[in-house]
Amino acid sequence: MNDDRRRALISQPQRRSLWILFLLLPAIVVMTLFVVWPLLSALRFAFYEFNGLSPSQFVGLENFRKVLFEEPFSDWTYNAFCHNVIVFFALMVFENGTAFLIAFALLKGLPGHRIHQVIIFLPVVLSSVIVGFLWKLFLHPMFGLVNGALALIDIQGPAWLGSESTALGSIIFANIWHWLGFPTLVLLAGMQRISAEVIEAARLDGAGDYVLLRRIIWPLIAPSVTIVCILTFIGSFNWFEIPYVMAGLTGSPGGSTDVLGLYFYRTAFGSVSSGIQDFGQGSALAVLMFLFVAGFSFVGLRFLRRREIQL
Amino acid sequence: MRAFAGLLTAATIAWGLSAPFTYATDISFWTWRQEDKAAYNELFADFTKKNPDINVKFQSFPDENYPTIASTALAGGKGGDVIHTHAYGWLEQFVKSGYFVKQDASNMPSLANMSADALLSGTYRADSQVYSLPFASQTLGLFINKDVFEKAGLKAPTTWDEFIVVSKALKDKGVIPLANGLGTSWFNEMFVATFTGPLLGQEFVSDLKSGKATFKDPRYIAALTKLLELRAYMPTGFEGIDYSTAGQLFISGRAAMLAGGSFDISTYRAQNPKLKMDFIAPPAAKVGDIPQATKFFDGGYAVNAASPNKEAALKLVNWMGTKEFGDKFTALLGNISPIKGVDVKDPLLAEVAKLNETAMPHINVVYFRFEKPTGSELLQSGITKMMSGSITPEQLGGDVTNGLAKWYKPFQGK
Repeated sequence: MNDDRRRALISQPQRRSLWILFLLLPAIVVMTLFVVWPLLSALRFAFYEFNGLSPSQFVGLENFRKVLFEEPFSDWTYNAFCHNVIVFFALMVFENGTAFLIAFALLKGLPGHRIHQVIIFLPVVLSSVIVGFLWKLFLHPMFGLVNGALALIDIQGPAWLGSESTALGSIIFANIWHWLGFPTLVLLAGMQRISAEVIEAARLDGAGDYVLLRRIIWPLIAPSVTIVCILTFIGSFNWFEIPYVMAGLTGSPGGSTDVLGLYFYRTAFGSVSSGIQDFGQGSALAVLMFLFVAGFSFVGLRFLRRREIQL
Repeated sequence: MRAFAGLLTAATIAWGLSAPFTYATDISFWTWRQEDKAAYNELFADFTKKNPDINVKFQSFPDENYPTIASTALAGGKGGDVIHTHAYGWLEQFVKSGYFVKQDASNMPSLANMSADALLSGTYRADSQVYSLPFASQTLGLFINKDVFEKAGLKAPTTWDEFIVVSKALKDKGVIPLANGLGTSWFNEMFVATFTGPLLGQEFVSDLKSGKATFKDPRYIAALTKLLELRAYMPTGFEGIDYSTAGQLFISGRAAMLAGGSFDISTYRAQNPKLKMDFIAPPAAKVGDIPQATKFFDGGYAVNAASPNKEAALKLVNWMGTKEFGDKFTALLGNISPIKGVDVKDPLLAEVAKLNETAMPHINVVYFRFEKPTGSELLQSGITKMMSGSITPEQLGGDVTNGLAKWYKPFQGK
């Protein structure tokens, strides 16, 4: 009897572990099949030369050398990378900055704030393809709403998506219009979690809006800021749908809207009308993108988390 | 009951006897041409009438994703029995991987019905063998809106100087002379080919092939420089006008001319059945020069090497190289079949077919899309910069040459 009880006591944690493993199994299988396996395949392909569409021979770091150091591929890589960096900073300043101010305005509960909350979040539920297509129409140089409105005040609008100086900015603007509601909502949720007494106490001490934002709200929403920053970073370096719809696979005009996502797709899968497929170079680009995004996200997350504690 | 059992036995025997004669092979045809479904189904019905043992199923995929879908399926030993392929460099990637059956006189007698330049589009350079039976030629030229010209009292231009004079006159009358913009990368390359072709001539193409000339050649630079003159006659904000908007400006009569492809003739007709249009050679350098449109072959029909029904697939593709197919194909789809002796009944298409006789090859598509970086990638990324003035024609010619020199031996060291 005692032996039975002891056996039961020993096997209980084991049974529990088995049960947990059993519950995790479907997720592990799916993750392995659809995430880990493709990642490892991409990693393997990055070291192979492709003869047509099949890997032919192991070439070591040759594909990495080509995309990083051999012209014109290296020029295209750095050009696309620079645009991703521009996109990140533009989104941090204009999208997240605006989102912060709007979140504060919504927090104040001014008349009509509920409907504004819905309006601001509404574009987020639209598909990126629809948003890209919509803004492509709005920015059309001849029939677009934007140039139509400018014409009413006798201004000849530029070809927004056709000019090298305005194309990337126009696409970033469309992206901000699409996603503005998301950081707004995250930051607003962060602000709403701040205890009302803290804000009231600050007000009683004579804090105005600026001081309240700078000294009270900003430090207390640090966890929300961390999430927003990391997601903006990942989103900026994986940017694909909106530039694809608005500027095409080549990042037109003249590569002025090219980003790593487009460049990777073009390199790996080719394009009927311009390039041929090269899974080797494409995989090398994908691996570099993954390492960059994962590496910086990790470092950024650690830095921002430490900042949360300090604040 | 006994009678019923007898009847059942007789029926079973009858079914058993007839079955071997009614079994048919089902094969599939994979294509990106979704819009051609009705025409192909009609053509395949004709084939099945002649070959009752073979049924053909039309399966189409979105144009942009077609290379990815086709290559993924073929890599896995799947895919259609007959694959609609693009030509030249696109095809070569698939052939290198061993996905298609080699076509020769023994399994594809209808190859004899094709011209040499058509066969080049389906030929693998390494072994000089054909892997895809050519299906259509496409011609780049100048669409003319006859109504607009008539109203303006002008004649369609034949030389560059006439083109400039006519364009100025049209502009003065408030009509956009040339509908094209630069908002569609793939068409920008076609735009360059259309207007530079007649200025360059066949000799330049031979010089490129032999390495006597590169894209730094003064002839090419002069032709690119000429393109800058066109900016004054394109729509306002032309940098952002895409090819479909250009088409709409042309068919609506807001623009008088459009550099375009013969592949759009049937589309424009469908969109505006009242449109009176012509398709002519782009302006020549001087009076008396041969009219030179630009021509390339769009693709072909290949047999999947992993198909379990290769024999039936080869039979179908061989039939797709016969005059019978070519005549109906041209009539139904408004594309010019490369099959010798095909009847082109449509007067406008007949004009295009005539232009083809003296046409220039589309230089980038035919010769420079085989390895990375392709001539198309280089030209498409540079032409908008040149047209906006941020680089010069010399810089563009240099960039294209230097990029191609990575793999095109005749350009190396030049």
